[in-house]
Amino acid sequence: MKPGGFVRGAMWAGFLFLWLPILLLVGFAFSADRIPFQWGGFSLRWFGALAANEKLLAAAWLSLRIAAASACLAVVLGGGIGFVLARFGPFRGRAAFGALAGAPLVLPEVVMGLCLLLLFVALEGLLGWPAGRGAFTILLAHAGFAAAYVAVLVQARLAEADRSLEEAAMDLGATPFVAFRSVTLPLMAPALLAGWLLAFTLSLDDVVIASFVSGPAGTTLPIALFSMLRLGLTPEVNALAALVVAAAGAMLGLGLWLLRPKRRHDSAKAGGA
Amino acid sequence: MSRGVLLAPLWIWLLLFVAAPVVVLVIMAFATPADGVPPFTLGLRFSAFAMLVEDSYYAEALLAALRLAAMTAGFCLLIAYPMALGMAGVRPRWRMPLLALLMLPFWTGFLLRIGAWIGLLRDEGLINRILRTLGVIEAPLALLYTEGAMLVGMVHAYLPFAVPPLFIALIRLDPALLEAAADLGARPARVFFSVTLPLTLPAAAAAFLLVFIPAAGEFVIPELLGPPEAQVIGRVLWQEFFQNRDWPLAAALALVLLALLILPMRWFQRLEAEP
Repeated sequence: MKPGGFVRGAMWAGFLFLWLPILLLVGFAFSADRIPFQWGGFSLRWFGALAANEKLLAAAWLSLRIAAASACLAVVLGGGIGFVLARFGPFRGRAAFGALAGAPLVLPEVVMGLCLLLLFVALEGLLGWPAGRGAFTILLAHAGFAAAYVAVLVQARLAEADRSLEEAAMDLGATPFVAFRSVTLPLMAPALLAGWLLAFTLSLDDVVIASFVSGPAGTTLPIALFSMLRLGLTPEVNALAALVVAAAGAMLGLGLWLLRPKRRHDSAKAGGA
Repeated sequence: MSRGVLLAPLWIWLLLFVAAPVVVLVIMAFATPADGVPPFTLGLRFSAFAMLVEDSYYAEALLAALRLAAMTAGFCLLIAYPMALGMAGVRPRWRMPLLALLMLPFWTGFLLRIGAWIGLLRDEGLINRILRTLGVIEAPLALLYTEGAMLVGMVHAYLPFAVPPLFIALIRLDPALLEAAADLGARPARVFFSVTLPLTLPAAAAAFLLVFIPAAGEFVIPELLGPPEAQVIGRVLWQEFFQNRDWPLAAALALVLLALLILPMRWFQRLEAEP
C-alpha cells in the first residue's frame, strides 16, 4: 500500500514533534549565553561547567554503576524466567509464575516504588537486611523491574526459535546442560543483549522508584537532575543532553552496523521479489 | 530435578520482590500513622480508606489522573496512527531506520526531554522570545506550569510507546484485502475506512492502553510542567508519602489506583493474547 502525501506529511510532522525539542536542547548546549535556549555565540563553556560539577558527576557515576549491575542481575533473572516460560511447558503454579513475572510491566511507577520501599523497611525490621537504603536497594529494585522486560524479550525469542534444535542435540547424546549451553543459550543471546541494554536504559532513566527506595546516600543522576529541573533549566542540562544524545546515537550506530549483514540479505531478497 | 534447581531461585525472587511487596502494601494500608521511624503502627484500621472517602480532594485527584491519562493516550493515538501508517508504507529497508528514529528519543533520557520543554515554554523561553520578536505578543504568555504544558510533555514522553503496536498490525495486514477493495473500485480513503481501520482497531486499543496505564500514575511530568493545582494521583501519593509522612494513606491510595487500573490491565492482556 502506498501512503498518500497526507500520511507522509503527518508521519514527518510526528517525527518533528518528537525530535525538535531534543535537537534544540542539544544545539543550545553550544551557546555561550547563561540563559538556556538563548544563542550567545558558539562556546563549549557549559561542557566545562558540567565537568566541574562534582555533585552531578558523582551522581552520574553512581547511576552508571547501578545501571550496569542491575542490568546484569536483570539479564540473569529475566533470562531464567523467560526460559522457564518458553520451554518448561505446564508446571505447578505456572499461571501464578507468569502473572508475577509480568506484574512489574503494568504496575504504575509510584505504586512499585512505594511497594518496594515498604518491603525493604519490613525486611530491615524483620531480618536486619538490607541495612539502610541506598545504592544497593536501588540496584535490587531496578533489577526486579527490568527482569520483567528481559523475560518478555527472551520468551518471545525462544517462542519463535525451533524447539527441535535442542531435541536434536539431546538425541545426539548431549546432556540437557550441554544442549542448553550450546544450543539454547546462543539462541537467547540477542534477546539477552537487547535486554541488558533495555535494563541499563530503564535504570538510568528512573527517578520515581529510585527516589522511594534510596536513602540520603543514594543520589542517582535522575534524582539530581529532577531536583535541578524543579528549579528550572540551566545550560549545564543542555550540555548533559548533548553528551547523552551523542552516546545514544553512537550505540544506535553500532547496533545498526552490527545488524548490517542481515539487512543487506533482506533487501537483496526484497529486490529480487 | 534439574528443573527445580532453576525454578526454586526464580520462585524465591518473584515471591520476595513481586508478591511480598504487594502484601506489605496491603498491610500498610490498614496501619495508622505515628511519630517515629518508620512512621506507623500496625493494626487493622480503616482510617486511611475513610479519609480517602471523606475528603473529596482524593477522589478529584483520581479523576484528574484518569482524565490526564485518557487525554494523553487519545492524543498519542491521533499522532501515532498516521506515523505508523507512514512507516508501514515505506520500503522495507527504510523501516529499521525509521523505528530507530522513533525509539532513539526514548534513549535520550526522559528528564532531559522534559528539560527541553521547560526551555521552550518558560516566560523567557524560546517560544515566547520568537513570538515577541515577531511582534505577535507584547508580554510573555504563561505557557509553562499549565495544563497545556503538562499535556504536551505527556504526549511527547509517551508517543514512542503508541506507535509499535499499530505499526506491527499494519505491516501484518493482508495486502490482498486492500488490493481487492481497490480492484472493486474503492478509493484510497474508502479502503482505509472500510478495511484498514476496522482491522487495526484492536491494535489501536492496545496502543491506547499501553499509554493510558502508565500515564495514570504519572508523577514527574505534572510535577515539573503542570500547574500547582493539577493534583493528579501520582503527585498526591508522593506528597502524602514524602511530605506528610502518612505511609498508610499513601498505601491506600496506591491500592485504589491499582484497583482502578485492573480493568484496563485485563483488557490489555486480552488484546495481547489474541493473535
